[in-house]
Amino acid sequence: MADVIWVYAELSDERVSPTTLEMLAKAAETGKAEAILLGPAPDDAPATLAKYGASKIYRCADPVYRDYLTLPAAQTVAELIEKHRPAVVLFASSYGGRDLAANLSARLDCGAISDVGDFTLKDGSVEATIPALGASYLNTSTLVGSGPKLLLVRPKSFEPKVNEQPLVIEEVAAPADASLRKARVKERVAVRREGPQLDGAKTIVSGGRGLKGEENFAMLRELAELLGGAVGATRAAVDAGWVPYAMQIGQTGKTVKPDLYIACGISGAVQHLSGMKTSKYIVSINKDPDAPIFQYSDFGVVGDLFKVVPQLIEELKKRKGA
Amino acid sequence: MNIVVCGKVIPASTVTIEIDPATKRMVRKGVAHELDPAAACAVEEGLRLVEKHGGTVTLITMGIADATIGIRNALAMGATSAVHILDDAVAGSDTLGTAKVLAAAIKKQPFDLVLCATESSDSYSGIVPGQIAFLLGVPPLSFAKEIAVEGDRITIKRQSESGFDVVESTLPALVAVSSGINEPRYPQLKGIMAAKKKEIKVYTAADLGLSPDQVGEKGAKEKVLTIGRPPKRQAGKIVTDEGDGGRQIADFLAEIKVI
Repeated sequence: MADVIWVYAELSDERVSPTTLEMLAKAAETGKAEAILLGPAPDDAPATLAKYGASKIYRCADPVYRDYLTLPAAQTVAELIEKHRPAVVLFASSYGGRDLAANLSARLDCGAISDVGDFTLKDGSVEATIPALGASYLNTSTLVGSGPKLLLVRPKSFEPKVNEQPLVIEEVAAPADASLRKARVKERVAVRREGPQLDGAKTIVSGGRGLKGEENFAMLRELAELLGGAVGATRAAVDAGWVPYAMQIGQTGKTVKPDLYIACGISGAVQHLSGMKTSKYIVSINKDPDAPIFQYSDFGVVGDLFKVVPQLIEELKKRKGA
Repeated sequence: MNIVVCGKVIPASTVTIEIDPATKRMVRKGVAHELDPAAACAVEEGLRLVEKHGGTVTLITMGIADATIGIRNALAMGATSAVHILDDAVAGSDTLGTAKVLAAAIKKQPFDLVLCATESSDSYSGIVPGQIAFLLGVPPLSFAKEIAVEGDRITIKRQSESGFDVVESTLPALVAVSSGINEPRYPQLKGIMAAKKKEIKVYTAADLGLSPDQVGEKGAKEKVLTIGRPPKRQAGKIVTDEGDGGRQIADFLAEIKVI
């Protein structure tokens, strides 16, 4: 009998998150994929999960999972795991996914591996590949002990795949325990994002500390627009307050995998590289010839980005006009 | 209010991290160490809360003898005292083992609030805070980019995929802060001098009531099987801008059929 692999489904922008669909593809390829869907979700969410490979969905639409942090969901998932004993449970390496997996690991006294890029399952033993220390190393790790195997999967590690399954839903009950309702979400604030989004962008133009200030991101926006792409940033640029966190690419931000990544004034800290180095083509512009980003670039220009980028913009306008 | 900050001391940012092929762990011996910049943000947040509401900040760290330099840094910033868990038996702990050690040490202190970094700047697993919170039986609040305390309630702004959530909880609680929540202060001479007189309690795993099969390499549920360098990307073409850098990039984009 195929191993049962669970995927904890997450919503982003009111739909099943891309990482959830990516994990389902891998789960279905490795064994029998099943999904857990907790909290109010769009009507078509279960059908989407089944379309992408979930042969069964454990669902509870109770708002307790949306209104309270971590604890109610952890209680429900722990009970489900103990009852059904899946071989592996996959979570996205997201805000909620990490909190939930951490709680379950301590609650069930089992291991959890973070930042998994790939995994295999053989005879009940899991082997996970993890880009460690900002992706400058590649580990393989396993989990020992009789408990469930919890894996936190990096976004963009797998390709989502349509793998139509009949829609089978098992309703589960929400926990009634009032002590789980300690941390309440009072308000959800969406920060307005302009222009094309990083998720799924084919081209990304990204800026780092070398941009020197918020105002200089305008130049990157113009370049991105000409290429039909999105604008990203390093943690240094975000921490400096030049651009919002939603634009951050790297270990603590988004993982991206565009066809083209143009790095402007980015030295190439390992944390940033780990979020973008699987881009198909990397072009970089930096004043420092020893910047690590050049080791990962298909084409690099050692030079002043304030001269190179405007020239590139002019050149693109010229060629587009021609 | 009594605040406990869990902070890691890691190899300094100037150090190139090497892995010992035999133990599959980072080489730490003889390497310069510093208080993890992410942990420094947690210490800073603790100090700011205590400046406003009164109380103490206790730093707890688990690590090698060289970690003392990072502990002194936190004390010089203004932390009241520190706890150093120093024992070969805890070496090689996985995330859950680390959480067990830290939670046991926290339980020995009076606390209203536990602060930590969302993730350390070296390993980035990001799950230790949630594990500690469960072991302490307090709610986990993570990815905090702003914290406010009023009476026995805490409110945080929690980073979300689309913006942020305002989350409220009762104390005691555990809050993991995002880097960038603040700009940690530099220790001043007065603070550095005062730090020399501050107490650093040293505990072993046995002092914390932990048996060797619960923590360290023996107790680890995650075992590293192999570790190595990923395959190198094939070197590309690097040119120096001589006034035509932008045009050369455009040529490359044409070559790969982006334009």
